[in-house]
Amino acid sequence: MNASPAAVSSAQGIWLVAERELSTKLRSKAYLISTGILLLIVLAGVIWAGVSSANPSSTPVAATAATASALEDLGGYDVTEVGDRDAAADLVESGEVDAAVVDDASSATGIVIIADEEAPQGLLMALSVTPEVELLSPDAAPGPLRYLLGIAFGLVFMMAAMMFGTPIATSVVEEKQTRVIEILLSSIPARVLLAGKVIGNTILAISQILLLVAVGTVGLIVTGQTEILAGLGGPVVWFAVFFLFGFILLAAMFAAAGSMVSRQEDVGATMTPVMYLTMIPYFLVIFFGDNPVVMTVLSYVPFSAPVGMPIRLFFNEAEWWEPLLSLVIMLVACVIVIALGAKIYENSLLKMGARVKFREALRG
Amino acid sequence: MTSGTLQLNGVTKSYGSRRVLDDISFPVRAGQLTGFVGGNGAGKTTTMRILLGLLVADGGSVTLGGSELTGDIRRQFGYMPEERGLYPKMKVLEQVVYFARLHGFSKADATAKATALLGELGLEERLNDNIETLSLGNQQRAQIAASLVHEPEVLILDEPFSGLDPIAVETVAGVLQERASRGVSVLFSSHQLDVVERLCDDLVIIAGGTIRAAGARDELRERYSAPRWELSGTGDVGWLRDEPGITVVDFEGGSAVFDADDPAIAQRVLRRALQDGDVSRFGPQHPTLAQIFKEVIQ
Repeated sequence: MNASPAAVSSAQGIWLVAERELSTKLRSKAYLISTGILLLIVLAGVIWAGVSSANPSSTPVAATAATASALEDLGGYDVTEVGDRDAAADLVESGEVDAAVVDDASSATGIVIIADEEAPQGLLMALSVTPEVELLSPDAAPGPLRYLLGIAFGLVFMMAAMMFGTPIATSVVEEKQTRVIEILLSSIPARVLLAGKVIGNTILAISQILLLVAVGTVGLIVTGQTEILAGLGGPVVWFAVFFLFGFILLAAMFAAAGSMVSRQEDVGATMTPVMYLTMIPYFLVIFFGDNPVVMTVLSYVPFSAPVGMPIRLFFNEAEWWEPLLSLVIMLVACVIVIALGAKIYENSLLKMGARVKFREALRG
Repeated sequence: MTSGTLQLNGVTKSYGSRRVLDDISFPVRAGQLTGFVGGNGAGKTTTMRILLGLLVADGGSVTLGGSELTGDIRRQFGYMPEERGLYPKMKVLEQVVYFARLHGFSKADATAKATALLGELGLEERLNDNIETLSLGNQQRAQIAASLVHEPEVLILDEPFSGLDPIAVETVAGVLQERASRGVSVLFSSHQLDVVERLCDDLVIIAGGTIRAAGARDELRERYSAPRWELSGTGDVGWLRDEPGITVVDFEGGSAVFDADDPAIAQRVLRRALQDGDVSRFGPQHPTLAQIFKEVIQ
């Protein structure tokens, strides 16, 4: 009789499960296509931003010899030099230029702006002298950048959580629904199976995010938009670290949610609370982005920290130790949630039929 | 590697206040096919899940070769659950290889073993097809392969023959017998009593969560055979009705089935029958498994 080898170690088991998750996913056409589309969107966005910033639209303006050099110094104007006022007016009328700046001794400022139907505000502003303004509380109003950053981090976190969290839940249900779970559990402990699933899907999520970041970075460098990179560097690295643990947290919850039902049709019900947890940080950060108290709290709550903390870091509102403390809180939350998730998972996996009640799943 | 007799000792299990297993004890001997027979809801699947460690018993113990089962030993058992299921979108070979690797085989060994086993089960041409494209019978064969691929010393199969055509039943039976002849302990449940009767060396009959009968097939037949005899011959056997110590069960022309109080009385009947003419058949009648089953579960 051929002796069978010793049982797999936990690490081997986890890796085998993770490897199966990876290879199944990487072979699925739907997954590859959606990843490709996402990459194209990022690439298109970066290139579009690059093209539009490299060629700032310049307004065609006509000018006489006396005013042309002043306009050219302003920049942003495509100056056509004309001989006199009438020639300038003709060009404006024909629509070849948006406006004309001609010298006029009778004007108080020494120049006259000729336009077709309405006064060109941009040109007026550029040629006007504005008084000095002193703001008493310059930081109170949130800049658009704050919203943009909140939306960007929030969207990436939420999308990734849904794109990679939902499949964890459905793959757990698939194993229950096809009853393959009984064979799996007769071969490896439930915790090993759970860990393998979480790790496999986390690797997928992180590598897809890294791929997106890499494409974005290369795109920014190629199109010469390096200033954005320099400012974002630190917060993005923190975002990645927080994202990693935040995703593990959510993955364990998605797995637990999936284990509580026996059919794909029912998975929505148990997954909804987890979905809310992934969406809440996104909305809170957008709605309360300018409220320093709420933002500080958000940057410590494990579910919103991946979005909240990098934003505070970007605006230099957080002390150096704050992300570390938040990360520790996150790690503790991870351990607790994984332990709870594993318990629900172990207790629910072999219960077929009706949805397992939350309390029952925890008690076992 | 641990092997030997798998023994259940006084295993009990309740779901809430409902007791589903009550003091279950029986052996599964190494190198033997043990048939596990019982009605729906009798407790077969629960017993098997406890053997596998998928459920925890409330009381009692399970030993293998005399020592208490540990999780690691249990995980080397081969198991085919009652509800069939494999990953629908995985290829047959890949799937069986995956289960072999979960049991600790290297990728190369797992592939070699899975290929050979799937061949033995007649699936050599479907190795690279997705499970979901196979017929139900072939899915069942793949399922059996998944439970056998790591060459377990203990094999526990819940209804391995259900849904198989007669040819497939023979193939699977052959594979199981071959494993048993190599010293594997095989426990399987089935509602196909004729198959169980033909294949199994040992029988366990469960009903209502208690073991009603357990032991070697032939021994059980002896034990449960009523003192029943059959007699066929050329002469008319109508006189049997008046014979003392005899109860006629069935009677038709020259043949009869009767219960005798004592083997000596049966011999006396034979002698008497020979006086009337030739006897073509005479002997004790062994009950079929179906008959024993009906008798013990009542």
